[in-house]
Amino acid sequence: MVDLSINFAGIKAPNPFWLASAPPTNSGYQIMKAFDAGWGGAVWKTLGVPVVNVSSRYGSVNYRDTRMMGFNNIELITDRPLIDNLREIEEVKKYFPDHAVIASLMVESKAEWEQIIKDVENAGADGIELNFGCPHGMCERGMGSAVGQEPEVLETIVGWVKNVANIPVITKLTPNISEITDPGLAAVKGGTDAISLINTIKSIVGIDLDTYAPLPIVDGKGTNGGYCGPAVKPIAMHMIRELAQHPEISKTPISGIGGVETWRDVVEFILLGATSVQVCTAVMHYGFGIVREMEAGLRQFMEDKNYKTIYDFAGKALPNVTEWKHLNLKHKVIAEINADKCIGCELCYIACDDGAHQAIALSRDRTIRIPNIIEENCVGCNLCSLVCPVEDCITMVKKDDGKEHLTWNEKTLNDEIPVTFNDDRAGGKHHFVPKPTDALKHKQ
Amino acid sequence: MAEYKRPKSEAEFNKNFKQKKPLMNDTEAYYESSRCLFCYDAPCIQACPTHIDIPLFIKQIHTHNVTGASRTIFDSNWLGNACGIVCPTGVLCEGACVYNHQDVSPIQIGRLQNYATNQSINTNKKLFSVGASNGKKIAVIGAGPAGIACACEARTLGYDVDIFEAKEKPSGLTVHGVAPYKITNEEVLKEVEYLQNQLGFNIKYNTNIKSKQELSALESKYDAIFLGVGLGITRDLGLDGENLDGVIGAVEFIEELKNKQHKLAVPDKVVVIGGGNTAMDAASEAARMGARKTVIAYRNTKEKMGAYGFEYDLAISAGVDSLFNVIPIAIVGKDKVEGVKFAKTELVNGKLQTNMNNTFIVRCDLVIKATGQAKQGSLYELIDALETDNKTRITVDGNTFQTSNPKYFAGGDAINGGAEVVNAAYDGKMAAQGIHNWLNK
Repeated sequence: MVDLSINFAGIKAPNPFWLASAPPTNSGYQIMKAFDAGWGGAVWKTLGVPVVNVSSRYGSVNYRDTRMMGFNNIELITDRPLIDNLREIEEVKKYFPDHAVIASLMVESKAEWEQIIKDVENAGADGIELNFGCPHGMCERGMGSAVGQEPEVLETIVGWVKNVANIPVITKLTPNISEITDPGLAAVKGGTDAISLINTIKSIVGIDLDTYAPLPIVDGKGTNGGYCGPAVKPIAMHMIRELAQHPEISKTPISGIGGVETWRDVVEFILLGATSVQVCTAVMHYGFGIVREMEAGLRQFMEDKNYKTIYDFAGKALPNVTEWKHLNLKHKVIAEINADKCIGCELCYIACDDGAHQAIALSRDRTIRIPNIIEENCVGCNLCSLVCPVEDCITMVKKDDGKEHLTWNEKTLNDEIPVTFNDDRAGGKHHFVPKPTDALKHKQ
Repeated sequence: MAEYKRPKSEAEFNKNFKQKKPLMNDTEAYYESSRCLFCYDAPCIQACPTHIDIPLFIKQIHTHNVTGASRTIFDSNWLGNACGIVCPTGVLCEGACVYNHQDVSPIQIGRLQNYATNQSINTNKKLFSVGASNGKKIAVIGAGPAGIACACEARTLGYDVDIFEAKEKPSGLTVHGVAPYKITNEEVLKEVEYLQNQLGFNIKYNTNIKSKQELSALESKYDAIFLGVGLGITRDLGLDGENLDGVIGAVEFIEELKNKQHKLAVPDKVVVIGGGNTAMDAASEAARMGARKTVIAYRNTKEKMGAYGFEYDLAISAGVDSLFNVIPIAIVGKDKVEGVKFAKTELVNGKLQTNMNNTFIVRCDLVIKATGQAKQGSLYELIDALETDNKTRITVDGNTFQTSNPKYFAGGDAINGGAEVVNAAYDGKMAAQGIHNWLNK
């Protein structure tokens, strides 16, 4: 029997699906509705000295027929008085004692931190999340990502918090930094109980072509927003992995955030070491009901793989995520086109010819639109299989016998790597490339 | 079986003749255009007789460059709006869409095309300019799609163009002969008006060129002449009773229907003779006008019909019945039509033969002959050295559309014996280029 419940750094929840601190967690009404819909936890919209917000606040990147593939916002932390939020936290906990209610916090002075921690503990919060990630507005005032980008300041504040907090502390990191392990390590040194990431990425999602103002537009002007949604998931996954593989950080539980929308996203995050996930954009797009698909999918996956709890597979992908230099240079795949499935769009041909390695030929008989792979030119790059619009039409087929294994690292140690500009050991030395003038052949 | 009530008002007529390809709204166009794969060397372009860069205009629609999309379309096809609606896209561009190979619905190219061109037409967006005048003049005979396309192209090349049209409206069969549920006259006429506004060619209506004298006058006044004369009236079948009241040619029937709409009286029982697309249209229209029983009678099997399958299906869905392997041998009736006498046909040694021992009469009040239109042979005879083939189609050079009389060029139904609007649009455009190359040799 699958058990989805978690104990995340001491914060217990019926499942790992949490709402991220964001507009969907602005009020007790929303959080109760979410718990009722099946969410296991919620990080309350960041509390602090209430702000004044602007109108409008959100912008999006649409791709083809997909709305909000990427999303950004310039909304700040809560604009509601603390007392109202505290009362509602208490009320939510009364109705949902087993669900996780985490208070996201952002204040300036040590005294403010100490006071607000006491307040949320009294209200019954199960944990605290330190918002060191917000990359718009609040950072201009020395908070949010301004803290997340200064590991020393971050460590100090985590220390203040840990000194007074009686409930678990999660430090939320900003991705707007070159090495995520720097603030990650600082949080651990400060004594944090857990880390959550990523907060949003500094972004401009669009420019209005009539007013020349960035979106979202506030009276003819705009500012950078925080980018999130499905588009940022790959960046989040990479950063989660970096922390999960770091020897001094890896023991700290990670709550994964960034573009999670489906059960597949959840499983991927867990495989990279996250043991809870936080969701915002998917809920802002589809409402709390989206959790049904996540839960059903996660359960099915666990049943199929025979896992009882998420800890049975948490971090299972980490041993396979390595550095480039450890990849096997003797591994060889080439593309194969299934002629029965091919619809003749020839996107694989033009993608390969213009965008990759000139390893696909059109049929000489132009009444046949099934292209041919030129095996000796194919470097196994995957591009054709990525652009192919038909399910399972182009597959990458393994061609090596699996007996040989040689990495760049080993090659370096064996002194077998190219070292001069015209070194004979260049990987592409014997690879076919058409003559430059062949590009103009159609004009003759 | 009658599916339609007799239309008594314009509203009821419009309901019965609801547009098969209604204009897309912005949301439909957004989602539909998002589906295009932007194929390499796209099959839809190859399948389009005018080779419109379809993936380009679809991408332009999706990126809200609808004006650019419209320009892409008109660049290849001057009748881009009409063609988007009346083209048999299922056997042309949409039939070639690669999605078909995985049973995914093809992109609705025709409707997207119409979405783009309609916006330019409705806002009278100027996309094209008249070329610098070269002082030369072209006469175009016939303001159908071929003639209009030829005139537009010639104007961009700097020619003065006068079109001579026998009827009182432009667009030829697009106005007079295309079924009302495919396109409205208003839609057809506004495209021609839009083109005329931009390119300023003259159309002289009610000017039927039919004498040697008139042709000679054109020859002396113009540097080149384009024949876009289409086809003539419905051919006689040579049957007893063919001249009875209640026997009409299909194109004449459709023309009358398009003019009179709900005011045209169609009787209860109608027989349509023929198996081509025009027969399907005529039958469908009779049914939509409230005829209680409409029967298509075709001399061969269903499979041998010239009509596209979807046109036949459309007629059947309108409540039309069909008879196959029957040939009319007489039209019966005293003062007016009372029925058609048919003989059964059968295939003997690969040849269709009439069995006069097996005849029967189908009672009806109206006979519509959709058995082909006569060619404009009497006009052709007046032109010196104008060659035609054994089906009285004008012979032209395949690239230049020049006839055997070098001053004359031709296109459309006059050279192909009856095809689509899009074929005529292509011929007309290419003929203008042919004229240009010939005059500048």
